[in-house]
Amino acid sequence: MKDKLVTMAHGGGGRATSELVQAVFLPRLGNLELMELGDAAVLNLDGQKLALTTDSFVVSPPFFPGGDIGRLAICGTVNDLTAAGAVPLYLTVGVILEEGFPLAELKRVVASMAEAADEAGVKVVAGDTKVVERGKGDGLFLNTSGLGLLRNPPPRWSQARPGDRVLVNGPIGEHGAAVISRRSGFDLDSPVQSDCAPLNDLIGTLWEEGLGQHIRAMRDPTRGGVATALAELAARMELGIRVDESALPISPAVSGVCDMLGFDPLYLANEGKMLIVIDASVADAAVDLLRKHRYGAEAAIIGELTDEFKGVRVRTPYGGHKRVDVAEGELLPRIC
Amino acid sequence: MELWKRFKDPALAQKLLQELKGLCQGSSQRPTLMEVCGTHTVALSRTGLREVLSPYLDLRSGPGCPVCVTDDSDIDLMAEVARQPGVIVATYGDMLRVPGSYGTLLDLKAAGARVQLVYSALDALELARENPRDTVVMLGVGFETTAPVAALAVQRAASEGISNFLMLSLHKTIPNALRALLAENSRIDGLILPGHVSAIIGEEPYRFIAEESGVPAVITGFEAVDMLLGIVELVRLIVAGRPEVLNAYRRVVSPDGNPRARALLEEAFRPVAARWRGLGSIPDSGLALAEPFAAYDALQALGLRRPEARPPRRGCRCGEVLRGLIEPAECGLFAKACTPHSPVGPCMVSSEGACAAHYTYGRNG
Amino acid sequence: MFMCLGVPARIEELEGDRATVSLEGTRRRVSVALTPDVKVGDYVLVHAGYAVAVVDEESARETIRLIEEAYGTLEEV
Repeated sequence: MKDKLVTMAHGGGGRATSELVQAVFLPRLGNLELMELGDAAVLNLDGQKLALTTDSFVVSPPFFPGGDIGRLAICGTVNDLTAAGAVPLYLTVGVILEEGFPLAELKRVVASMAEAADEAGVKVVAGDTKVVERGKGDGLFLNTSGLGLLRNPPPRWSQARPGDRVLVNGPIGEHGAAVISRRSGFDLDSPVQSDCAPLNDLIGTLWEEGLGQHIRAMRDPTRGGVATALAELAARMELGIRVDESALPISPAVSGVCDMLGFDPLYLANEGKMLIVIDASVADAAVDLLRKHRYGAEAAIIGELTDEFKGVRVRTPYGGHKRVDVAEGELLPRIC
Repeated sequence: MELWKRFKDPALAQKLLQELKGLCQGSSQRPTLMEVCGTHTVALSRTGLREVLSPYLDLRSGPGCPVCVTDDSDIDLMAEVARQPGVIVATYGDMLRVPGSYGTLLDLKAAGARVQLVYSALDALELARENPRDTVVMLGVGFETTAPVAALAVQRAASEGISNFLMLSLHKTIPNALRALLAENSRIDGLILPGHVSAIIGEEPYRFIAEESGVPAVITGFEAVDMLLGIVELVRLIVAGRPEVLNAYRRVVSPDGNPRARALLEEAFRPVAARWRGLGSIPDSGLALAEPFAAYDALQALGLRRPEARPPRRGCRCGEVLRGLIEPAECGLFAKACTPHSPVGPCMVSSEGACAAHYTYGRNG
Repeated sequence: MFMCLGVPARIEELEGDRATVSLEGTRRRVSVALTPDVKVGDYVLVHAGYAVAVVDEESARETIRLIEEAYGTLEEV
C-alpha cells in the first residue's frame, strides 16, 4: 500500500478500505475469525455459536428522509448479525458528540434508536459517551456493536453451487438516493425515502418455515450498493453470479434521482435490504414468503450462480452484458 | 410507453440491430467507428451494446474525455496551484484522483492542501463568497458543454466585484481536435459525434469533416436507441461511400446549437492553442479567458508559469487510446499495474475514461 | 457519477433564470440562464445544475416514427 496518509477513499467501503484493512489492521490483529471479514464474526463459546459485529456511523446529514443516524445505527448492526445468520440479541452504543450539538437533536436520535431497538426486539445493554471540542467532531458519530445467536442451521457457504438463485427483498438504492437527495448543492425535492429497517424478523420467517437450511449465504448491500455486495459474494463463494438487469426492482423515485444526478442505482447504498443465496428448488417459495412481510413486499429473484465465469455479469435489456464489481474508492462520502 | 422511454425501448433497439446486421453482412465490411465522446464510451459499455455490436464493427474511443486529455504538465500546474498559500482549489470530482508528478489532488488534500469538490463553476463562486479571506481557484476542465457555465461564473464574479475568485481555464473545444485526429489516424471509417457538445455548438462546426477528410460523421445521442440509430446511419454512409455529416439527435441538437451558450463562450473566452494528452499542441482547441476577464486568470494572478510538456509515465499508452489507435486492453499496464484503484494514467481514473469503462464493465462480456 | 445526462426533465415552474424541473417524481431547482426562452411544459437536458438544451417533443416523435417505419434518409447537415 503506497499511501502515507489516510484519504477519503479509505472510508468508501471499496477496494481502498480493503487495502487499508489488509495492510494495517490484519497484520497485527489478524486471527482466524477476523480473517473471514464477514458481516459478523462467528465465534464458538463452549459449544454455543455466537455472532459478534461492530459498525460506526458518520452519515451526513444526520437526519434524512425515512430515517436518521440513530435508526441507522441500530438497524445496521441488527442487519449485519442477520446477514451472518444470527438472531440479534444485544447491542452496545458508543456516542461521540461535538461540543455545541443541540440536545434536542440528540434526544430525537435516541428516540429513534429506542424505536428501532424495540421493533427489532434487541436490547441496548451498554453504552459510552464522549464529547470533543467544537470543530473536532462534526456533530455526532455513533458506534454500535451487536451480539447474536447463530440460527440453526446457519447459512452454509460451502453448499453454494451453480443454479442457486440470488434474491433481494425489495427495491434497491433507496438509502443512498435519500441521503444524496438531501445533500445541499443539489437542490432536490424527491419523494425517495431511506429503506432503513431491521430485517431480522423478515429473515426469521425463512427459518420458521424451514427454508433456512437451503440458504447458502446472505449479505446486506450497504456502502457500494448491490453491485459491491454481489461482487463480494461471488468472490467469497468462488462462483460467478449472472444477474438479469430487468429483474432488479428499482422504484421510479430512485430512478428519478439517479437520472437527475447521473448515479447508477446498483452502486447506491441500501439499509433495509438483504441479498439471499438460496437453493433453486425453494427460491419461488422463499420469494412468496418474503412478499408477505412488510419489508419484503417487492422481493424478487435477480440472478443465479454459475461456474461459467467468475465475478458478476449483468445481462442488459439489449442482450449484451456488463460486469459489475466492488465500488472504487469513495463514490459518495458519509453515506452511512 | 412514455415518449422518452421509447429511446430505451429494447424492441426498437432490436429493429436497428437487425438493420445494422443486414448492412454489415451485405457489404462484408467491418468498419472501425470512433466514439469521440467519453459519455458514449461509458453508455456503450453500460447498455451492453459494446458486446452486441462486436460481431459487426470495431469501436474505438476518442479524445472526448476532458479529464483524460488534460496533459501531465497541466496536472502538475493544478498541484502547483493547490500548494499556493491562501488558496482553496475548487474542482470537479474526477480530477481529484489523477496522478501527477507529486501524487493526486486527493493526496495533497490529505496532506493539508485545501481542495474542495464542486459540481459547477457557480458553486466555486459561492465558495469564494463564503471564504472572503481566501482565494478560490476553479479548475476549469471540460468541453463546450461545461465551459458556458464557467463563463457565467466569471461574468458574475466581474459584475459582483468578487475579487477572490480565479479560474485556471483548461477548457478545450472539440472540432479542431477532430481535425488533428483525422489527419493522423487513417484507420477511422466513421465518427460518432458527441451529442451534448453538439447541443451547444450545433451542426456547422463539423462541416469540414466531410469536406476535408472523406470520413462520414453522425451527431448521436446517448440512450440505447439513439446510439444504435447513429451507428446505423453512420454505417449506411460508410457502406455507400458517402462522406457526409448527419444529425441523428435532432430533438436536442438544432443546426444553430444553443446561441445563448455560444455567445457566453465568445464573451468570456478566446480560442487558443491547447495541449492535448496524446495529440500534442492543437491550434484553436482551447479556451483562455478573454481580455476583459484577464484579472480572473489564475496563471497571471498567481504568477505561475505553465510547466514544460513532459513525456508520459513509462508504459502508459493513454495517448494512443485517446487517438483510437489501440483499445485499452492493448496497453501492457491495463488491468495489471493500472487499475481504477491504482491508476497510472487518467483514462483509468475518469468516470468517462475508456480504460476505466472497459475495466469496470468488461470487454465484450 | 455521469455528467452527461440523456433523460429530459419537464419545466414545472419558472422564476427569472431559475426553474423547477421534474423527472419521474423528483423535482430540482436548476438555472435556465443558458436557455432563457424556455416555457413551462418544455423539456430540458440538465448538466451540472444548468438546463443546456431544450428537447423537442415533436422531433422526438418524428425520430421514433422514422425508426418504426424503417426510416427514410436523414437530410445532410
